[in-house]
Amino acid sequence: MNQPTLLRPPHPLEVRVLTRRFEYPRTEPVWLDEYLRTEGYQALRKALDLTPEALVDEVKKSCLRGRGGAGFPTGMKWSFVDRKSPKPKYIVVNADEGEPGTCKDRILMGFDPHRLIEGCLIAGRAIGSNRGWIYIRGEYRVYIDIMDRAIEEAYANGYLGDNVLGTGWSFHLSTHTGAGSYECGEETALLESLEGKRGNPRLKPPFPAVSGAFQCPTVVNNVETYSAVPDIILKGGEWYAGLGTPRNGGTRLVGLSGHLNTPGVYEVPLGMNLLTIVNELGGGVWKGRKLKAIIPGGSSSPVLKADECDIPADYDSFAKAGTMLGSGATVVLDDQTDMVRVLARLMSFYAHESCGWCIPCREGTAWLKKITQRLDSGVGASKDIDLIDQISNSMMGRTFCPLGDAAAMPAMAIARKFRDEIEAKIQSTQAFVPAPGTRPLVVL
Amino acid sequence: MPDPITLTINGTQVSCAPGTLVIEAAKQNGIEIPAFCYYEGFSLQAACRMCLVEVEKMPKLQPGCTLPAAEGMVVHTESPKVVEARKSTLEFLLTNHPLDCPVCDKGGECELQDMVFRYGAGESRFTEIKHHVDEKQWSPAVYYDGSRCILCYRCVRVCDEGIGVTALGLSFRGVSAQIVPNRGDHLECDECGWCIDVCPVGALTSGTYRYQSRPWEMNHVGTVCTHCSDGCKTTLSVRNGQVLRANNRDRSGVNGEFLCVKGRFGFDFVHHKERLQSPLLRKNGQLQPVSWSEALSAVAAKFSEVKARNGQFGVIGSTRTTNEENYLLQKFVREGLGSKNIDHHRTGDVVTLLDALKGRTGALATVNDLYTAKAALVLGADLSQQHPLLAYQLRANSRHHRSATYLVTPGPVREEQFATKALRSNPGEELNLLPQLSDDLKQHASLTVLYNAAIKGDAVRQLVAFCDSLGIEVKYLPLVDYSNSRGALDMGLLPDLAPGYQPLRNPGLNAAQILSSPDLDVLWVVGANPLKSASLAGEKAFVVVQDLFLTETAQRADVVFPAASAYEKSGTVTNTTGEVQRLKHGPKVMGTKSDLDIIALLARQLNIDLGPTTPDRIFEQIRKTVHGYNVALPVVATGGAAPTTPVNGGVPVAVNPSLISPSGDTLFTSGTLGRYSKMLAKVMEAPGQLFKA
Amino acid sequence: MTFSPELEARFAKMIGNYPPGRQKGALIPMLLYAQDEVGSMTPDLIQEVSRRLKVTPLEIEEVIGYYTMLAREPRGKHHIQVCTNVSCQARGGEELFAHACSRLGLHNKEKSADGQFSIEEVECMGACSWAPAIQVNYDFYYDMTPEKFDKLIDSLRQMQ
Repeated sequence: MNQPTLLRPPHPLEVRVLTRRFEYPRTEPVWLDEYLRTEGYQALRKALDLTPEALVDEVKKSCLRGRGGAGFPTGMKWSFVDRKSPKPKYIVVNADEGEPGTCKDRILMGFDPHRLIEGCLIAGRAIGSNRGWIYIRGEYRVYIDIMDRAIEEAYANGYLGDNVLGTGWSFHLSTHTGAGSYECGEETALLESLEGKRGNPRLKPPFPAVSGAFQCPTVVNNVETYSAVPDIILKGGEWYAGLGTPRNGGTRLVGLSGHLNTPGVYEVPLGMNLLTIVNELGGGVWKGRKLKAIIPGGSSSPVLKADECDIPADYDSFAKAGTMLGSGATVVLDDQTDMVRVLARLMSFYAHESCGWCIPCREGTAWLKKITQRLDSGVGASKDIDLIDQISNSMMGRTFCPLGDAAAMPAMAIARKFRDEIEAKIQSTQAFVPAPGTRPLVVL
Repeated sequence: MPDPITLTINGTQVSCAPGTLVIEAAKQNGIEIPAFCYYEGFSLQAACRMCLVEVEKMPKLQPGCTLPAAEGMVVHTESPKVVEARKSTLEFLLTNHPLDCPVCDKGGECELQDMVFRYGAGESRFTEIKHHVDEKQWSPAVYYDGSRCILCYRCVRVCDEGIGVTALGLSFRGVSAQIVPNRGDHLECDECGWCIDVCPVGALTSGTYRYQSRPWEMNHVGTVCTHCSDGCKTTLSVRNGQVLRANNRDRSGVNGEFLCVKGRFGFDFVHHKERLQSPLLRKNGQLQPVSWSEALSAVAAKFSEVKARNGQFGVIGSTRTTNEENYLLQKFVREGLGSKNIDHHRTGDVVTLLDALKGRTGALATVNDLYTAKAALVLGADLSQQHPLLAYQLRANSRHHRSATYLVTPGPVREEQFATKALRSNPGEELNLLPQLSDDLKQHASLTVLYNAAIKGDAVRQLVAFCDSLGIEVKYLPLVDYSNSRGALDMGLLPDLAPGYQPLRNPGLNAAQILSSPDLDVLWVVGANPLKSASLAGEKAFVVVQDLFLTETAQRADVVFPAASAYEKSGTVTNTTGEVQRLKHGPKVMGTKSDLDIIALLARQLNIDLGPTTPDRIFEQIRKTVHGYNVALPVVATGGAAPTTPVNGGVPVAVNPSLISPSGDTLFTSGTLGRYSKMLAKVMEAPGQLFKA
Repeated sequence: MTFSPELEARFAKMIGNYPPGRQKGALIPMLLYAQDEVGSMTPDLIQEVSRRLKVTPLEIEEVIGYYTMLAREPRGKHHIQVCTNVSCQARGGEELFAHACSRLGLHNKEKSADGQFSIEEVECMGACSWAPAIQVNYDFYYDMTPEKFDKLIDSLRQMQ
């Protein structure tokens, strides 16, 4: 299972917890033997001696927040599951990594698959579950194969199965492949997909903790979230929390992409300055150019202009800056970037991925795509920029699931922050000028 | 009943039961929250976002269709923020909507039109190219125009949750998302057409109605479907004497909005070109069109002659004519002709049941009871095929109230989808399996038992005895097959029972005896076709037939009167649950007369005084004289269903089981009428496929 | 319809991964793995999966219409997927896609006459830090350039 090394040499600013086994230039995943040599499954052994309540408490103490995008406190999420429910409880791993800019889960699955399995086992123990699924996007067949092999190893060595490490507790885990849908990264759409249906999101409440996979109580967390759990259990929640800033515990993986000298996936403590991340870890903007903007948390997060980027990268600071940490995907754009083109590309993405369930998202994303593509081709008027803003406003907070917001937020941010640039593009490439006082019925 | 909760909607304090959705709480208090996807009785979608309302202390607008009302909640349904949201949602909807209202069937009754009319979005800022998909024909009954579709999923839900067919699904995604039929490019389903009715826009259109008319050009006449015995209200939309469509959007009657393929599309027999429009008289061995007076005179002469010499009459009445017609017919025969030889095609044993239940009250179930019953037991019947409304009620009951359903049938039936237990028996041996269910049945506080013609004669008494042994409250629903089968029984179209099941001392000949009597002088058939399946032994018999078409029986007739169908006349009919409903005449077919008029004209010709002969006055007579029919007049007059309460004394006659035979009709057949419905013939999926689920 | 023994073994195991009576859960994996072997969502395949999982063809159609990886028509032996989403766009993904199209003489979602190649512009495939990236069937190729692409095509051609 050789893969090109996607790893970077460790950077002094990194704090390697989840990635501590990722010595450069590793190409082979950490299989069971090596995992066991490096404290593997020690956390599980410890967890099996603890009560489920103690496990949840430890995770609560760690201030671990969901690494998929929404940043919901993990321990609290686990505590919502009624362990006494007569229904089976399920563990679901969201490995449907699809947010543009995000490429961290593949690294975790591709190089340290047993860490994820161990995280699932501990989470399963904490909520009284006997079954879990790792929902991996279909394009990641190579990582599905790696996870499958690791799961096989775990079964063969008693870490998974009807009698986990001789405790009599059974826990089963398997991979489940998606087949091409960004929307399935939304947890309830993912659960629908897991049940063999279209990835249309579900009505909430009930939340998955009450009625999730197959209508049973379910914890859905991101790969990175589960992967952080073994170290939290082994070294304590307080230790983990201490790595980050208050209320923003631990380290997190940032995927640096775009116009950088050394893009890659790095592990940093929460709260590191965004510019430090970009300039130090990312090696600064490529080709000696200047920074224009950063999309700081995956394509759905509102863009930050260069002068807004000097802030700590944690959930709360980002929220204060009007954006979000999201999936930790940081897309850096240099000063020669055509923001209209970026906007058009993003809008075409959301229009393509909208499931079509609700009206504002279905029609809004399609409309935004058409306007922005038209603007990108130089046809338009400055009132189109207002229209983008208004359409985004009409979508914000009114769609069935967060995808509508995910499309509206970047659209609104780019339209507002780069209005001059859009205007300039319209002016410079005016291809169609309607007669004064008239407007075209259809603009081709 | 838990304590009601109080909330404020638009400044008014209202109260509702806990758990009520805001949209319903508002509706109960006369406040409309607009919605496309919300559809009462079906699963919640929260997809259209039209019902977003402002709730104080909640940052985002909330969908009223999924938000349960809570104590102290303050809701604004028409605040500027809400109105702006609605307007923008409508603008979104219109971006890819073709706006082809001038050629859209839905124009004038389109919810999208109405919403835009109310909330604006009249001026669009959308200047891009619209997403277009071509219209498709899915079946003879159903067309789909994806461009008009707003994806409210009503059609998907009524088909799946309502009917249990699940013929519609959702495919593709984003702006390309579309409703798709179950067979790739076409539908294979019950063809009930409910999806068309519930469509808030013109995305689903009807094969019969499309491009026919504007809704405001038609008169909408609420009458009762003339096909099966469930007694669904169907509203005929009539223009220039022609029925153009049928539906029941006003949800009146026992069926609410439900109609099957026959109720919605099976009306076209009315305008079939083979409808008889002139009396026929056999001359030189040939049936020839004659005037009414000539035909009436010929019949009157024959009747007088036979009556004078005390000859033998045989009268076979109809299971589709009105109660008034049946009443007048038996009166004519018994009082005017002095004959007792009257019968009809019996399709279920009500008589034995009434006798077995003597002395009890409230032991007969209504259509609504099937929706509220705690448990139901179905014996022998393929309800989805033969009693689609009753099947729908049971399904809705199971869906909404988690009621229990037990089945004992000779083959697979669709109700197995939600049945608690389903047993297969040999045909006619359903009763033998009942002991297997007794422990289950006993667990329920009450039970409704439906049985069809498989249980007749003594078997009915055994059934009642079994149910008595359960020690729980049991209601019965004897199934009969035609639209007024029950009325024919109630009105005494029987050789041994007068109206209201009053036993007669010396019974006359029954249908089989009439047909096999070599001495028969006159056979008078009103709206029936006995010679389709039997032969007439009386070779010299003078045969008079009243019918819509030249049926097998009419072809043997000496005189044929062109009769009006149930859709062309007034009167009442009684459905299989014994509920009386009113027919209202919609279309008019030239040259025909109602059976009531024909009988009355014959009586006049024969100088027989039958008393009043208008439907209303006969119904008054029925109310006064027929046991169980003293129903509340306003209920019937306003188009409601009034349950009759037949005898609770004994009916001391022995029922000959061989006289009871089922119609054998399926969802797509309807005796003679079905043969003359082109639409039913076109959409027919599987003729005669009972018990094939 | 039968599949290879490996796939049959996979399916047998897969169905056991879902709660009793909820084997529909295996639908999407089963379709995707079967497609790898069969090529596309053929009527036979739909019927077979419908039978095995006790789902209706309509339920399968709903899913096929939704998931972009499920193909109604067979794709090329080498299905080339070029990401042009924001991270790849920033590093020449769109130019790479244009180059790939012209190199193969194909438009988006077209297949070469010999059935060897098909090309598709795809959304983010999670290879953002190694952009621009492409995927040939399930294999990723990172940090692509037009030159690297041409070499790759040549080597894929030689594999035949």
